[in-house]
Amino acid sequence: MSVSAPSVKPPRRVGDRLFAGAAQGAALIIMLALAGVFVFLFIEGLPGLHADERIYQPATNFASYVGPLVYGTVLAAVVALVIAVPFAIGVALFISHYAPPRIAAPIAYVIDLLAAVPSVVYGLWGGLALGQATKPVINWLYDNLDFIPFFAGPPSVTGRTMLTAGIVLAIMVVPITTAISREVFAQTPRLHEEAAMALGATRWETIRLAVFPYAKSGLVSAVMLGLGRALGETMAVAMVLSATPIVTLNLISDTNPATIASNIASNYKEASPDRQAVLIATGLVLFAVTFAVNFLARLVVARSERGVTR
Amino acid sequence: MSTTTPLERDFAVSAGLVQPKLPRGAGLLVAVLALGVSGLLALLLGWNPVGGLVLAAVLFVIGFPLWSALLEGRRSAVDRLATSLVCLAFGVVLVPLVWLIWMVVSKGLSAISIQFLTYDMRGALAHGGGIYHALIGTLLVTLAATIISVPIGIFAAIYLVEYGKGNRLARVTTFLVDVMTGIPSIVAGLFALALLVLIFGPAIRIGFGGSIALSLLMIPTVVRSTEEMLRLVPSDLREASYALGVPKWRTISKMVVPTAIGGIVTGVVLAISRVIGETAPLLIVAGNTDSLNWNLFNGRMMTLPVYIFQQYSSPGVLPAGEVGDPPGYARAWGAALVLIVIVMLLNLGARIIGKIFAPPTDRRR
Amino acid sequence: MTRTSFRRAIVPGIAVLAIALTGCGAANDNSDGSSSSSSDSLSGSIAGGGASSQDSAQQAWRAAFQGDNPDVTITYDPVGSGAGRESFENGAYVFAGTDSYITDDEGELTKAKDRCGSDPIEVPVYVSPIAVAFNLSGVDSLNLDATTIAGIFDGKVTKWNDPAIAALNDGVDLPDTTITPVHRSDDSGTTANFTDYLSKAAGGSWSYPADDTWPIKGGEAAEGTSGVVAAIKAGDGTIGYADESQVGGLGLASIQVGDSFNPPTAEGAAKVLALSKPAPGRAATDMAIDIDRTTTEADAYPLLLTSYLLACQTYDDAGTADLVKGFLTYILSEEGQQAAADQAGSAPLDTTLASKATDIVSKIAAK
Repeated sequence: MSVSAPSVKPPRRVGDRLFAGAAQGAALIIMLALAGVFVFLFIEGLPGLHADERIYQPATNFASYVGPLVYGTVLAAVVALVIAVPFAIGVALFISHYAPPRIAAPIAYVIDLLAAVPSVVYGLWGGLALGQATKPVINWLYDNLDFIPFFAGPPSVTGRTMLTAGIVLAIMVVPITTAISREVFAQTPRLHEEAAMALGATRWETIRLAVFPYAKSGLVSAVMLGLGRALGETMAVAMVLSATPIVTLNLISDTNPATIASNIASNYKEASPDRQAVLIATGLVLFAVTFAVNFLARLVVARSERGVTR
Repeated sequence: MSTTTPLERDFAVSAGLVQPKLPRGAGLLVAVLALGVSGLLALLLGWNPVGGLVLAAVLFVIGFPLWSALLEGRRSAVDRLATSLVCLAFGVVLVPLVWLIWMVVSKGLSAISIQFLTYDMRGALAHGGGIYHALIGTLLVTLAATIISVPIGIFAAIYLVEYGKGNRLARVTTFLVDVMTGIPSIVAGLFALALLVLIFGPAIRIGFGGSIALSLLMIPTVVRSTEEMLRLVPSDLREASYALGVPKWRTISKMVVPTAIGGIVTGVVLAISRVIGETAPLLIVAGNTDSLNWNLFNGRMMTLPVYIFQQYSSPGVLPAGEVGDPPGYARAWGAALVLIVIVMLLNLGARIIGKIFAPPTDRRR
Repeated sequence: MTRTSFRRAIVPGIAVLAIALTGCGAANDNSDGSSSSSSDSLSGSIAGGGASSQDSAQQAWRAAFQGDNPDVTITYDPVGSGAGRESFENGAYVFAGTDSYITDDEGELTKAKDRCGSDPIEVPVYVSPIAVAFNLSGVDSLNLDATTIAGIFDGKVTKWNDPAIAALNDGVDLPDTTITPVHRSDDSGTTANFTDYLSKAAGGSWSYPADDTWPIKGGEAAEGTSGVVAAIKAGDGTIGYADESQVGGLGLASIQVGDSFNPPTAEGAAKVLALSKPAPGRAATDMAIDIDRTTTEADAYPLLLTSYLLACQTYDDAGTADLVKGFLTYILSEEGQQAAADQAGSAPLDTTLASKATDIVSKIAAK
């Protein structure tokens, strides 16, 4: 910061020291908690990496057990984000820049309501109402676009497909991503925007030139938080998805890979000790997946932000 | 502009002084046209109304910018396109929202009664009983989780933005928070249980354990949203404050945090909404009971999500001679409705608080 | 903006709210010492948990038992059989429900012995027929044998008008619809019993062992009994297996037993359990039963699920021992079994089994 590095250090005040200590302490607590979770997963999950063959049924070893799950987790998250992110950013822009200020706040409030719906209800709604509603759509996709591997079919007769699960996850992601994005958009310095307007830019050009560059890092954070929800969601996916250990691009059939989180949730209850260990080991793998995704995202942001200063 | 007569304006356009513009009601006109055309098509070809609406949206998104492109030029057309896409996005997102809320309200409203809100489930079978114990449990468990995670989350974010500045602890914390966003809720529950068992022995099942699990899920949301909001506070504000000799901690607590308070509150509310509906960790740590329990630190505590899940997955059967859905379903929907209303009120309260404490700014809202 | 008055109003507002909330207990909760007049009524609280299959029945048992003993609080966490057994072994639960009887394959029986200090008690408390239910427009009931069911769920019989089905159903107008078999996506005792039935009754046409996990890759899968029922209802040509009490409104298959076709009934299930042999090599306090899936008895229905309760013979604490004894005795009584039948649609235990179990339970005592 530009005010730092004065030649004589000012005396540190008690309040300053306390405050800095509290802040550092909070960071340390988070570190400890997470280290705790990691150690717990590691100790409990280690035996699951090489258990008896029959434990992994219908797969035969840990790699073939967790493989379809990792694939399913990533696929579901990708489908969800592909659907959710454009909508979330659109809605955030609508609230921050398009809607009349007087109704923007109520609209934001209404969208936040989506975050309030318990995931069990999302599961019920997705499995019953949405699944039924997607049936004509997936039949149409199968009839007309079955040369695309995503729609290779045969279409599910119950509508409980990866597509449905992706839509449900997308709807769960939208409020989180929207809320953070709109706060970020709303914080854009007014002067930048007014300068752009004054130069004759249209509203869209203003957003593209003055708002997006400023909001980029915040948007990535917003998407990452949404992604976290998509990766870690258990009940809704478990209730919506017709899951089986298989790797497929097909989004509209009744054979879909489960996600790691939903697989833990649905199988932990009845699991014997050995299988519990396997499930916890898959939780470790999910950590790795989450880390990899976040790491990549940070890398992308860092690269694109080089030279752009705020 | 309002004083110019049409004649003068035509002259101005033809002289190249003013860009030609679409008439005021152009958007509405295109929308009506699109709806009419697709409605007619849907009627003639026997499509269902949803297909017609989709076609109308597509027609509008293509037609409106096209008109603009012909009359106003490319830049305006792109602007019109962006506007219609943004509005469309909003409209589409409303669909699942309204659908979900309608489903919950229509199925849940019939279950709600004074008795439903003030009875617990002791002695209740196919009829009777209520959610009082689960309601209190959810409020207490979530409140405790909020009390744990909000200070930790906000202070950690302050550390990351104001103190850490890329040192090792800050980098590790950022990394951990990133990884933490994807913890499956059940793993958080298992961890909280393991932690409590380590301290209190295997039989421990307390509401507070649920709070621990939920705060593990809340913290990443709070940290990340707060961090973003603090970063967006202009450096000028801090520098101005330092220049006046205000100590750093007062600058942060009186200047930086209040400026970002709207966003921070949003983040906290989001975090609460995210966890208040979690089932799996609460079932594992806080358990399941029919009775009311006010003590977070002693004994099992029922919560609304666990109640919903239990009533849905073990709905029981109606007494002989009665027909209809199993009795648990209505209770599950009723409880879901109550849960949503709680979060709604919470959200409203948080916004009011945010408004009260936020300094007047030139923010848009 | 009246900001200050707002801030002033917040604190008292919250205080009033808090007082209003703490002031009231649940309106139907009358356990505040008002009713402990009779000296022999029980008091205290015990915690159990496990199989979610018997959760509905547990709700009924708790409701009645806590009604008779207002100072008693019994909890049952429907966390699943595996988690229930584990918590029983490490002492977290004083009793646990499990859908498959405890074995020593992964050392669980030994751990249970260590926890109790002697052989654990294991008694069947919940018997329920598993229905093979389907959703096929125009057809309400079908006759199926185990071989055909195995063929359907293994993907070998793919159309509803397949000759194998038609041969069993003279005069039923079967459509040319594709069969969509629905299985449980979560591990469950229902799946274990269903696959056990197929592997024993379907001869060689079902080549997979009995297991909690569905053994075949692919196919429609759904979470929990409610999920399976919802999935069957959601499609045309679907068929699945689920607890009989929850399949209302769907077509039901009668399965071949001997030469007749029997629909799922509680009595038929209870009858098969009574006929079945105890599992070999179990302790005297352990009533583990290997269900006879190939019985040819009239009206029998061999596709059923049995859920057990695990408990110890002795407990450190006399209060706990009394409570467990009282609760389990109530569950096994005619009244308790009928309560479960009313609330959960289960089959009351056969009287000989029930009295044997009651004998075992009656010996529960303090150390």
